[in-house]
Amino acid sequence: MIHSLFLVNASGDIFLEKHWKSVVSRSVCDYFFEAQERATEPENVPPVIPTPHHYLISVLRHRIYFVAVIQSEVPPLFVIEFLHRVVDTFQDYFGVCTEAAIKDNVVVVYELLEEMLDNGFPLATESNILKELIKPPTILRTMVNTITGSTNVGEQLPTGQLSVVPWRRTGVKYTNNEAYFDVVEEIDAIIDKSGSTITAEIQGVIDACVKLTGMPDLTLSFMNPRLLDDVSFHPCVRFKRWEAERILSFIPPDGNFRLLSYHVSSQNLVAIPVYVKHNITFREGSSQGRFDLTLGPKQTMGKAVESVLVSSQLPRGVLNANLNPSQGTYTFDPVTKMLSWDVGKINPQKLPSLKGTMSLQAGASKPDENPSINIQFKIQQMAISGCTQAGQTL
Amino acid sequence: MSASSAFNDEKGGSSSVGEPEYGHDPASGGIFSSDYKRHDDLKEMLDSNKDSLKLEAMKRIVAMIARGKNASDLFPAVVKNVACKNIEVKKLVYVYLVRYAEEQQDLALLSISTFQRGLKDPNQLIRASALRVLSSIRVTIIVPIMMLAIKEAASDMSPYVRKTAAHAIPKLYSLDPEQKDQLIEVIEKLLADKTTLVAGSVVMAFEEVCPERIDLIHKNYRKLCNLLIDVEEWGQVVIINMLTRYARTQFLNPNMNESLLEEGSGGDRTFYGSDEDEDEDEEEKEKKAETPAMAKRKPYVMDPDHRLLLRNTKPLLQSRNAAVVMAVAQLYFHLAPKAEVGVIAKALVRLLRSHSEVQYVVLQNVATMTIKRRGMFEPYLKSFYIRSTDPTQIKVLKLEVLTNLANETNISTILREFQTYIKSMDKDFVAATIQAIGRCATNIGEVRDTCLNGLVQLLSNRDELVVAESVVVIKKLLQMQPEKHSDIIKHMAKLTDNIQVPMARASILWLIGEYCEHVPKIAPDVLRKMAKSFTNEEDIVKLQIINLAAKLYLTNSKQTKLLTQYVLNLAKYDQNYDIRDRARFIRQLIVPTEKSGALSKYAKKLFLALKPAPVLESPFKDRDHFQLGSLSHLLNAKAGGYQELPDWPEAAPDPSVRNVEVKDSVPEWTKCSSREKRKEKKVEKPFYSDSEGESGPTESADSESDSASGSESGSGSEESASRSESEESEDGSESEEEEEEEEEEKEKKKKKKELKKPVQESESEQSSEEEERKHQRKTKQRKSDSESESDEDEESESESSQSESEESESEAEVKKKKKAAESKPPSKPVKKESKKEKKEMSLLDLDDFEPAPSPQVTPVNTFLSNSLVTDLEGLSLSDTVLSPATIAPSSALKNYELLHRITGEGLSVEYCFSRQPFSPDANMVAVQMQFTNNATADTKNLHIEDVKLQSGMRVKEFSEIELLPAGETATAVMGIDFCDSTQAANFQLCTHTRKFFVSIQPPVGELMRPVFLTENEFKKEQEKLLHNLGQLMGMNEITEKLTLDMKCRNEHTIVQRVTTAANLSRVPCGSDKECRFAGRTVSSSSLVLVTVATKEEGAAQLTVNCEKMVIGTMLVKDILLALTQ
Repeated sequence: MIHSLFLVNASGDIFLEKHWKSVVSRSVCDYFFEAQERATEPENVPPVIPTPHHYLISVLRHRIYFVAVIQSEVPPLFVIEFLHRVVDTFQDYFGVCTEAAIKDNVVVVYELLEEMLDNGFPLATESNILKELIKPPTILRTMVNTITGSTNVGEQLPTGQLSVVPWRRTGVKYTNNEAYFDVVEEIDAIIDKSGSTITAEIQGVIDACVKLTGMPDLTLSFMNPRLLDDVSFHPCVRFKRWEAERILSFIPPDGNFRLLSYHVSSQNLVAIPVYVKHNITFREGSSQGRFDLTLGPKQTMGKAVESVLVSSQLPRGVLNANLNPSQGTYTFDPVTKMLSWDVGKINPQKLPSLKGTMSLQAGASKPDENPSINIQFKIQQMAISGCTQAGQTL
Repeated sequence: MSASSAFNDEKGGSSSVGEPEYGHDPASGGIFSSDYKRHDDLKEMLDSNKDSLKLEAMKRIVAMIARGKNASDLFPAVVKNVACKNIEVKKLVYVYLVRYAEEQQDLALLSISTFQRGLKDPNQLIRASALRVLSSIRVTIIVPIMMLAIKEAASDMSPYVRKTAAHAIPKLYSLDPEQKDQLIEVIEKLLADKTTLVAGSVVMAFEEVCPERIDLIHKNYRKLCNLLIDVEEWGQVVIINMLTRYARTQFLNPNMNESLLEEGSGGDRTFYGSDEDEDEDEEEKEKKAETPAMAKRKPYVMDPDHRLLLRNTKPLLQSRNAAVVMAVAQLYFHLAPKAEVGVIAKALVRLLRSHSEVQYVVLQNVATMTIKRRGMFEPYLKSFYIRSTDPTQIKVLKLEVLTNLANETNISTILREFQTYIKSMDKDFVAATIQAIGRCATNIGEVRDTCLNGLVQLLSNRDELVVAESVVVIKKLLQMQPEKHSDIIKHMAKLTDNIQVPMARASILWLIGEYCEHVPKIAPDVLRKMAKSFTNEEDIVKLQIINLAAKLYLTNSKQTKLLTQYVLNLAKYDQNYDIRDRARFIRQLIVPTEKSGALSKYAKKLFLALKPAPVLESPFKDRDHFQLGSLSHLLNAKAGGYQELPDWPEAAPDPSVRNVEVKDSVPEWTKCSSREKRKEKKVEKPFYSDSEGESGPTESADSESDSASGSESGSGSEESASRSESEESEDGSESEEEEEEEEEEKEKKKKKKELKKPVQESESEQSSEEEERKHQRKTKQRKSDSESESDEDEESESESSQSESEESESEAEVKKKKKAAESKPPSKPVKKESKKEKKEMSLLDLDDFEPAPSPQVTPVNTFLSNSLVTDLEGLSLSDTVLSPATIAPSSALKNYELLHRITGEGLSVEYCFSRQPFSPDANMVAVQMQFTNNATADTKNLHIEDVKLQSGMRVKEFSEIELLPAGETATAVMGIDFCDSTQAANFQLCTHTRKFFVSIQPPVGELMRPVFLTENEFKKEQEKLLHNLGQLMGMNEITEKLTLDMKCRNEHTIVQRVTTAANLSRVPCGSDKECRFAGRTVSSSSLVLVTVATKEEGAAQLTVNCEKMVIGTMLVKDILLALTQ
């Protein structure tokens, strides 16, 4: 299973190493650096790199490569999934998962890694159990620790691992009992240049924050469960019940967790809530190009479209862009040719637009690529899939 | 706990003298200096008696370790603290110890005693952590200590400690492989563990230590399957992968039969899911060809254990853990019957929304799957469309999948997508797209020309890479039909002036050389140009120039002789030995000299032989001989420790190895419910007699056939009948304690019967009702027979109470019949009785629901057997269970097939909804099953197992049919409470050798029973349903307009068709334009009202009123269908 773990930052330094079996020299990472050099983009480093004696499996998150060294056959997804779980745990503990945060909390990180793997096999990966073992550092606790000399390590040994519901810690008490459920949906669509949707699918998650005393047993039902085409659950959800009645029944972990994620297939037609009018032209012979982009809301059920961010990779021949946004700000990076426009909120009365000219390399012929445009936006309080929650009971 | 108290002490201590400690923090700032003094400081801190100082020191040391700095010289100072009371210090010391113990073995031994003490701690968590650290210290000397500790921990009370023991096994094994045998013993022991906590870890240990010892799994196979869903996710992955391998060795290929069929139609490649390579393919094919007769005779039936695995892993496709999903997917891909593999596609597509690394691995596997099973992913084609934000490696993999999925129907959409991709800015991706187009063109003949034209257009692209890639692909395509495309070759010849990419130049030259006959004028000119630039070309181009020269020399020596010689001379002095060699070789071959050997005569043949067109293949072809989802599959090379996925066995190994001894063999479901089952049995009792009686009544009604069929139905039927009878009486004896319950039950029943009264007045039902009564009466008669002999008052009591309830139904008639039946006591079976008695006894034992006869039950059996003889007398009537006449009443009802005789290996089962009230439980729908044994061998122990139901649903099983001789037929009745839904009831139909998965799905019309209403009542109820039910108005009424079928325009046929479609009774009605029907749903007794109002010319209006909207809607559909067809 997992032999060692190296954390590599964007500049190619190994800033943390951890070994679960005998020590593997960090020179093994040279193969990784080679692959990194070969890859044009950071995300193009192959996740699995074979070397003469080891295999390197890496994931890239928050501009840190987590490189696991393994020696023998193991399902690659097993390692990848575990590494992602490690990152999630760090994020959970430190709020962010950056090189600085890891360096600041190196001892906690080490303790965590020690608990998460035993001899390379995952031991405790549930955040509830880990938090019982090792308390997450907070500013207050750090201060208290400095003054009193107490530690981050839990005083009690964890009991969660022994219980029937390994994901929930025991003896939880709250004065205010509350449970929140966030439904977050993402649409992912490819739209061709004439504006027709080639493919669109909805990916949703229900994130929960449950602060309830004792061992609560919750049920959650939906108005239209049939919409949820394909679901994956947190292990706490009783699968049989869902199969039979389409009701979510579970004993939740304590705190924040992802209850389920679902997928609404592209078969149901998805209405994309915004539209883009574009007019990007380059004229042969001239070193000028015209750029004109207008955004507008569509079928948003009266909800405002917020934090709109448009980005587009312009052709290599473009030297600079001189644009004029009706609202928001835009930036153009002449090196990567990345144009990004932070629009903010769309006002249906006054549609945001970005107009102007692009200057092209003199003498170069007209670029033949069509720049693709990516748009990100948020709409609060609206579920595209039309999925609604019918009720929840304790 | 000790730790916390120590910690408190420490807190007190530090707060009193806190100031000075932090004032002169000795190690501050010194961590990263190479100054050796720093270590002295740390040592000082570690030696101090303040825990906070120790902790600070340990933290710094751990930080050093984390950075990869050497801290080994601190070893003695650190190890001293191994017994430190502060828990964090202790943990950090452990971290240090595990890291450096290997380097400082002698010193590490100092710490061992601490752990040994920890192993004896009363707290399980301390025991576990001691074992964990002890086993992580890689010091060979302590191997015996570790061994001992592991063995002890393996039998620890706490599952958590046992889990840790399982984790320790591979550690010890890697330290000292000599210990393997002993470790296997421990593994064997832990494999038998029943807790979910241990299962994952021990299988992991098994995989690392002794993956070849598949025999250890046998006994634990079913347990592992059943525990699987509750094991933690990482353990699930390991277990599923192991079970995949296991299943490959133990079960037969589920696609065996299909493969035979396919072989016939010539598609031999696709189905060999498990083939290692071509050779084996051939071999297997031969083998298969030899044995088709055998295989056909013995149709494939999936081993129930195989099915168990598939069924228990399926829900895990919903796991949030991508590794688990992948593991299940590969299991299905490798093990499931073709028809069922499809379920994994959706889950895999879902994973495509995960992190890019996950996508990368999943797409690799999908690519392999799409080659074998294209249909599986076709519906998800669009999910593989490329997004501009995907990393290049993902894009390329998606292209691969899209190419694999391309076929005649979707090629146009795929090509349109590809056209967009070509405009992408990512050049590697564009190159891959062009390759993909090329592959589509070779695979799908229809679009070859389109693709070629598209690619030729790309030749004028400004980007050289694109052009080069196109040239390479066009070359491959042209090879398939060069004669048609000389103009393309000409076009490409022109390109040599501009294209600089060596691979492309080489390709063009090769093309021109190969097809120089098609371009006789251009070819020499190209050679001239090339000869000019020869010295500046890349090696690969030079080689092709030589080739071109040689080919031209052979075909057109007049024009090119000099040129060729010039080129060959240039090549002679080239720096590259390859080129020099080639030049020398070719010169000898083509230029005729005196010395030139026999070969030169064949030069033309050598050079201009027709070359087979290259097959553009997916790089993922044949990758599936690696287990999917494995590292080896991803790399397409065997990784260390990879376990080959074995081929399916030719013949299934003995499945009984998985049977666990009697003691534990009461599988969990039996265990937990054996008590309930008994109870159920009680309730079932009358139902059993039903099944027997089913035949009896017809017989008595039809007395001519009686004697004949009675004599015909040999010993077999008799046995089965008498067996169940004996079971009944046994039940009776068991009922002592539960009598009260039973009586309650009876009372309930009585009430229900009363409810049913009006129902029985419906004409259509009457005959069957009668039957029911008749056989119940007969049961009674039988019982009363046994009563006379047996001393069991309880039984008689219960029986009489039952008969009372029956009598209340329609006393007069029943009594009449009863008399008739009594008046003809059977004569035949009595002869056989004495002979059979023994046999029946043994059967009796088996009969019990528990696998082994429990000591308490057996004596009762023997006791009963006395009365059994006499029972048989009464029973004999039911011997005619099998008489053909029995089927007659149900023949009007629609028969459904439950088990086809092919799949059932000769056993065929049909069922129909008999529309009789199911006496044991009025909420159940009676299902009459008819078993026919078409096989040559007898079928034994027909019974139901493993009923899988939607919640709320219940099933009352029919009594086990002990023996069904070859060629015979038997019927049984079971009751199912469908909860007023059309959800299917799934269960296994088991014989003594096989288990079949079957399901019964009721048409909505069978979920109701008729009720009698007068017209006024009907109208009132309808009104009520419409208005009074609160809820939403009109929700309870569904109206449909329809045109009646030509044959169905008179009242009579309408009534007939409606009552066939649904179990309803007609409501008398004044108007002849309207037909009304009424019924109640079986489970919840909701009223169902149906009105068919006819108008002119076959127009009609159908109205259904029902509280249950779903039932109403479905009923409307069914009746519509019945009336319009």
